[in-house]
Amino acid sequence: MALPSYATTGDKIWYYTFRVICFAIFFFLLAPILVMIPLSFNAQPFFSFTREMMTLNPDGYSLRWYQDFLGSDSWMRSIRNSFIIGIAATVLATTLGTLAALGLSRSEMPFKGAIMAIMISPMIVPLIISAAGMFFFFSQIGISGTYLGVVLAHAALGTPFVIITVTATLVGFDQSLIRAAASLGASPTRTFFKITMPLILPGVISGALFAFITSFDEIVIVLFVAGPEQRTIPREMWSGIREDISPTILAVASVMVALSVLLLVVIELLRRRSERLRGLTPG
Amino acid sequence: MAQADAADIAPEMQTERNGRLTTADGTPLKAALRRAERRRKFAAFLLVTPLLAFILAFFVFPIAQMMWRSVDNPQVVRALPQTLEALEDWDGETLPSEEVFAALHADFMADVGRPRAEQVMGPLAVRLNYELSAARSAITRTSRQVADFQPPYRDEFLDAHRLWDNIELWRVIEREGRPLTSAYYVAALDREFDSDGNIVLRDENRRIYVQLFIRTILMSAAITFLTFALGFPIAYYLSILPTRYANLLMIAVLLPFWTSLLVRTSAWIVLLQQQGVINSALVAMGIIGDDGRFSMIYNMTGTIVAMTHILLPFMVLPLYSVMRTIPPSYLRAAKSLGARPSTAFRRVYFPQTLPGIGAGGVLVFIISIGYYITPALVGGQSGRMISNEIARHMQQSLNWGLAAALGTMLLVGVLVLYWLFNRLVGTDSLKFG
Repeated sequence: MALPSYATTGDKIWYYTFRVICFAIFFFLLAPILVMIPLSFNAQPFFSFTREMMTLNPDGYSLRWYQDFLGSDSWMRSIRNSFIIGIAATVLATTLGTLAALGLSRSEMPFKGAIMAIMISPMIVPLIISAAGMFFFFSQIGISGTYLGVVLAHAALGTPFVIITVTATLVGFDQSLIRAAASLGASPTRTFFKITMPLILPGVISGALFAFITSFDEIVIVLFVAGPEQRTIPREMWSGIREDISPTILAVASVMVALSVLLLVVIELLRRRSERLRGLTPG
Repeated sequence: MAQADAADIAPEMQTERNGRLTTADGTPLKAALRRAERRRKFAAFLLVTPLLAFILAFFVFPIAQMMWRSVDNPQVVRALPQTLEALEDWDGETLPSEEVFAALHADFMADVGRPRAEQVMGPLAVRLNYELSAARSAITRTSRQVADFQPPYRDEFLDAHRLWDNIELWRVIEREGRPLTSAYYVAALDREFDSDGNIVLRDENRRIYVQLFIRTILMSAAITFLTFALGFPIAYYLSILPTRYANLLMIAVLLPFWTSLLVRTSAWIVLLQQQGVINSALVAMGIIGDDGRFSMIYNMTGTIVAMTHILLPFMVLPLYSVMRTIPPSYLRAAKSLGARPSTAFRRVYFPQTLPGIGAGGVLVFIISIGYYITPALVGGQSGRMISNEIARHMQQSLNWGLAAALGTMLLVGVLVLYWLFNRLVGTDSLKFG
């Protein structure tokens, strides 16, 4: 929005001050994340830019922290754990959540409000409370310190996101398509896989992504419920920060930032595809 | 009337016997419809059942069970059944009679006979110690000697540990000799029972939790205000930009949103610590001396800065989605009618953004009030929040009843806030990404 030609000096001053303020805030948002990337190549074990780095001297840079990261058994195991737990929790959350969203978006669903409230609750309840509850319960039923326990807990945390995204997709869903399929002789299962599923797929996938990220980034439950065998990446970073904070953390963090950029792109593409399919924006 | 309509639409329906509409196989239409509806309801419910069962079993039930712990009080009842029975006639003023001590001896002896895993004196010692320090040593020391006691038991007990001579111990046993207790809530509110059984404030230096709750609320309010102050301008800026540029700048909001919480927390450690980027830059520029480095982390400042950064996207996204829907022509109309820009903003634009401010504000407040990780990592002593205290009682002091009481209070607070939020704006305005 450019300034109109009749703008007064005061308008002009305000126009530019406002933009400066906004860019300062954008800087505040991005800089802390981006500053870690060059620092992760620091040849020295410091958290500040050395003189060599400032003068772009190649001696000031090294890959030693990435070597540390990639050569460490515990980091590698935590990556494996994060993916095992994340994928299992996502599959569980997405399956259960999609089914429930299909049921919840039917007009004849009884007690819709109450059921929705219960299903959204894992998103509202502070994590420390969920973790405390699961800590007691899981040790009683003997799944504390097992993969199963962490997967179940993470699946519970991920389902609200699946329900919200899939329900949102179903709002624009044309129910007459289902009747049309049925009138042409398709069984309900066939209708689901041939008609419903392809149309709600963007919602399901973005719900699944949310569920995966929830699990991938979750730490409080892991601290309380997981055993030493189930240490995930955030858990490893937690002890890294608490015990001996070394620039290896920065190497890991930079890799994670790269991952989130990738994720951001995938989600944006999905959103555009979904809007195109639903005819919200022209191709 | 309805019947006539139905007959018009469905001429193949037959009117039989007493003039009621029936389907082709002779069942009354109403009943058939009702059955079909019930079947559809059942089918819808069947789709929801697996998740509902899962959430109830692995989420709602564990939390309910944890809340139960905040009033559950089995230790004294289980360990001292005979003593409690004998105490029923006790006057509460003088040392109990020999009869009570004999019952106490019987309770101790009953425990000696139990297998180790089922012994109840250990939990009893821990439980009584919450109410009266030194109770733990009284119980454990007595347990070791009790097998050699000879009647009269009273003197033997008084010899074993002087606490048995203390009326307060007996009052605690009598008070906590019930299956439910309010003691954890009394402690969570910085209160205790005085010797007459009245609830009174604790000594000043032992009051922790009320202050911590207040601090948590104040910090959350400060964080909410800061996210609002920073989020409002950029949400407005994004909303007036052409979509193409807005989407591009949106990355600055979404990238932090999608970046791991621990990554963002460590970023702030890197920036703010004494040997960190900001302090080193200030020293290098000669603004501060090497010994004048600011301590900006491991205190309340660090927690507030890091949490503002982490929660800012939660404020910007709802604000932005509301601001997008406000037509810019309203502001122009106000100005053309003679309003100064500030008046137009205050009276026309701002009120329309209130739903977004409400949604973002409550969201940020609810999230920050239960935040654990960031205060634990960068909070130090002064930046601790209530969740950190809950975690400490869960993992270190192992006072699970107190952890449950604090947790229940926090949970109730959050649920009330969420309920208000729902009344004001509705969950539909929650959007992600």
